Amino acid sequence: MKVNKDANGYTFAFSIILVIVVGVILSSLSIGLGPLKKANVEVKKKMNILSALGVESTRKDGSDKYEQFVNDSYVISHNGVLQENLPEEKQAFSLDVQKQFRDKTIKLEDRLYPIFEAEKEGEILYVLPVVGKGLWGPIWGFIALADDFETIVGTSFDHKGETPGLGAEISQSFFENRYNGEKIANNGSFTEIKVVQNGSGFEDQKVDGITGGTITSKGVEKMVNETMEVYYKYFSKNK
Amino acid sequence: MSKTEEKLKAPSEPLFSKKNKRLITDPLADNNPITIQVLGICSALAITVQVEQAFWMSISVIFVMVFGNLIVSLLRNLIPSRVRIIVQLVIVASLVIIVNESLQAFVPDVSEKLSVFVGLIITNCIIMGRFEAFAMANKPFPSILDAIGNAIGYAWILVLVALVREVLGSGKIWGASIFGNNLPGEESGLYALGYVNNNMMILPPMALIVVGIIIWVQRSMNKELVEEN
Repeated sequence: MKVNKDANGYTFAFSIILVIVVGVILSSLSIGLGPLKKANVEVKKKMNILSALGVESTRKDGSDKYEQFVNDSYVISHNGVLQENLPEEKQAFSLDVQKQFRDKTIKLEDRLYPIFEAEKEGEILYVLPVVGKGLWGPIWGFIALADDFETIVGTSFDHKGETPGLGAEISQSFFENRYNGEKIANNGSFTEIKVVQNGSGFEDQKVDGITGGTITSKGVEKMVNETMEVYYKYFSKNK
Repeated sequence: MSKTEEKLKAPSEPLFSKKNKRLITDPLADNNPITIQVLGICSALAITVQVEQAFWMSISVIFVMVFGNLIVSLLRNLIPSRVRIIVQLVIVASLVIIVNESLQAFVPDVSEKLSVFVGLIITNCIIMGRFEAFAMANKPFPSILDAIGNAIGYAWILVLVALVREVLGSGKIWGASIFGNNLPGEESGLYALGYVNNNMMILPPMALIVVGIIIWVQRSMNKELVEEN
């Protein structure tokens, strides 16, 4: 059979068949791998929460250790009021704070803030998710607060596409550890933690930024301060 | 290719004839896609800060390139010539999505390291270039060889540039410190003697300068590659 490859009919037919074949392959792949991808994302989230608590975990034991350390979780509003009877997708663990941060249709006052209550070596710790903007894209992390509701005992930061070697260093432990011991409140009122460039990070309420990663470091500062202010509203009322 | 065709062809051209071998060896040096054809520069610039990223990027490109060239070559007599570029684009985009989905599902750690760069494989001009210049006009087996050759030619330059940038820029190889500890206040090794990482190496322009140096070295070793003007 001789087919005219330059005919319009042939071009259309070929394109339509190609698109259908490719569409079927890709959508079945996506649906087929969906549960695996979701499980990976969930384990990663649990690992990040554990990392803020200072607990080492791997993809294998992440879920078990999460069950072991985290006892309770709940959600508060932007005004620091405990929220109850929330639908499944707004429960503390399933709530996607990054999506909420990106979604411009959700007003600032309507944002929800999850709290994960954990117990480590007999002490109660509160793990709080934070979301913000870096230089190239979103940055996020978890902050663990001691049960005085003021002192940061651990952090874990991550990013989507900050410059490797510069801004991307926020996810390295040397930077995360700089936040340890800083306080989000003094004498019962919220206090900002500054990211500084002049090497005075050893002072109270100050953390050294990353050389060459100024915008990312400032993004971390803004993210931590804005979110901690909301959480402190809740903690100061419920001490 | 049908069985009878294969039988007819087998005596005339062995599987690894001189011509077929050159398909693999040429792109490694004398016809390297990055240093000679100056293609794929964008990704050479974006993901050569760390060797590990460059390595996984290379593996992904090899996969996309080999299967892409194979598919295009198999379909070469069916693809309508007026929409051939679009068809090639659909093929490369689908393969990249397959790579991305598989990485996310089976090796999430690698997927996190590569993040957005996997998607950028679509824009890699080497791939589209090989589809259009080679696979559209050649049989499947030579197309696979051509893809392997070009992808590895791309990969070794990428890893080399990444090695130079990671060592000079971060003092590390594959994430492991080689010059000692450079944390402020806890310096050890070379850093204790006053050595400082060259932060400029991390910035994108230095990738081009490193590629430029490789091109210079290559052309001064083989004068035949130097253009007339």
